[in-house]
Amino acid sequence: MRLFTHNMLSSNIKGVSNGFPLRIEVEQVLEKQVDFNPDFVKNLFPKLEWKALVDGARTLGYAELPEEADSSMLESEEFLRKVHHALLELHLEEGALTCPETGRKFPVTKGIPNMLLHEDEV
Amino acid sequence: MWYLCVFYHRLLSYRRAEVESLAEMFGVFSSLEWMLPENQHPDSPFHLVNLPSEDIARNIANRSILVKGIYELWGEGSSFEQLEEAIKSYPEDRKLPYLTCETTFKVTVDSFGKAISFQEQNDRIKSLAYIPFKGRVNLKNPDINFWLMETDDYGAPNGLPPVVQKRIFFGRLVGGADRKLLPTYQLKSRRYLGPTAMDAEMAFLMANQALVMPGKLVYDPFVGTGSILVAAAHFGAMTMGADIDIRAVRDGRGPDCNVWSNFKQYGLPLPVALLRADNNLPPWRSGLKEIFDAIICDPPYGVRAGGRKSGGRKLLKGIVGPYTVPDDKRTDHIPSTAPYSLAECVHDLLDLAARMLVMGGRLVYFYPVLSEGDVMETHFPEHPCFKLIASSEQILSSRYSRVLLTMVKTGSYTDKVAEAAKTKHQEFKENYVKWLEHGNLHSSVFGPAHLHLGEETDSKLCKELKPKYRGKYV
Repeated sequence: MRLFTHNMLSSNIKGVSNGFPLRIEVEQVLEKQVDFNPDFVKNLFPKLEWKALVDGARTLGYAELPEEADSSMLESEEFLRKVHHALLELHLEEGALTCPETGRKFPVTKGIPNMLLHEDEV
Repeated sequence: MWYLCVFYHRLLSYRRAEVESLAEMFGVFSSLEWMLPENQHPDSPFHLVNLPSEDIARNIANRSILVKGIYELWGEGSSFEQLEEAIKSYPEDRKLPYLTCETTFKVTVDSFGKAISFQEQNDRIKSLAYIPFKGRVNLKNPDINFWLMETDDYGAPNGLPPVVQKRIFFGRLVGGADRKLLPTYQLKSRRYLGPTAMDAEMAFLMANQALVMPGKLVYDPFVGTGSILVAAAHFGAMTMGADIDIRAVRDGRGPDCNVWSNFKQYGLPLPVALLRADNNLPPWRSGLKEIFDAIICDPPYGVRAGGRKSGGRKLLKGIVGPYTVPDDKRTDHIPSTAPYSLAECVHDLLDLAARMLVMGGRLVYFYPVLSEGDVMETHFPEHPCFKLIASSEQILSSRYSRVLLTMVKTGSYTDKVAEAAKTKHQEFKENYVKWLEHGNLHSSVFGPAHLHLGEETDSKLCKELKPKYRGKYV
């Protein structure tokens, strides 16, 4: 699971009002190179929850992202490359995503988050 | 300028829709003008299309799957004399640049509905001597490809669309589909397959309908073995898929036989994300919207694979008490799932697409249709945010077809719109599609004939309505 995915997911257990961002529990992180596409990052930037990305990246061991970011920074290729790296090249291979409200763990195995709810959470 | 557009005699109702989508991809935003050559049936492979430039025509043809060739038409006629006259009166300045001595060329003789012997092909090429070819012949790699094509009513019913009269065309090839893609991606050499893996040709057609281009983000909520996303990735898209079946997305059939390996097999970039999620209760954070450029999928409609959603035993409330997972079993608990009717599934899909597609983004999906009595079911799901722009039928059996629907997002998504869509969907469900409920479609497709076709005369009648040459691939 990449941080791109983490940025989109929330805990949707019945009754949970604020399931975002999911806390990341790390067992294994992989880095895989992905072709850099500046336009993709630029298009995506306004849709990101920046703080969740910064915190997520730090949890996965990457602390290069600035605390605050705005669209003027998209001019810098260095910045775009950092966002690209955080969004697409860091993989949580094994671990879990934890609901911030209930503490329910959504396991991540072989890079696939399992977001399916139990019968009594629907 | 008008071009001759010759299609493969396949998937007839997908052909114009594909060219129209590709025209938009290459910058033509007004709707295309089409004509049929004289004496041609709409199911004939020969069509005339008006395109703004040769570059656009070439781009469309080369990217397409069903265009055999787009040609600059130099002449057509009902006899070789008429053809000669037409070619001679075609403006010189359009012809001469392609006939100079610096060029190499080749003439291909082709026919629709009949094979022409080698001898006859040669005779026909020689009969073109009135065209002042100055270039050298090169059969392997010519600069200019000329095509001499004919179609005729060869007398006996040959299972092809009716042709009233012979027609001959001569033109210069501008571009054509690269169908070499298809053997490369054919399912029989795909490592990881499931029972409903999408045929490669169809997957490419779906990707074309969805205007897949490099850098676009494409999502498939019923990803399965990833067969649709493979086609999207081939055209350069970033892909993302979800499925409720964790075995399909996570495990596959081993370390080198899973969704990832299907992408590695062709050297394609891996999906940006694969996850296990339920289309009925998608796990997207609130506030997330307009992120996908296209959603392409083949929803489970319960004929070959049934849909499932979360909830399982809880839904049996009343018969069995609501199920609570014991605390010590929570960690590795495998939740049971409940049946997911197609009606609900389509509603959720439209709702998801309305929220998550960018403006102008496309939703491309299959929708099953029963051939009931004499009229085809022509009511397709609607949504206030979407405009239906193409519906292409693939006949699967005498009892049912699937229709590829292409919808464009034209309105933005708000809570009010979502509420209105729900009401609209409820009406749709009640009025048109009883068989959308779980299991009904399956029994209509596989049940004994007399149950749903009524009297024998009816079934005969409905069989005769579809022309004989129509079938699964035509």
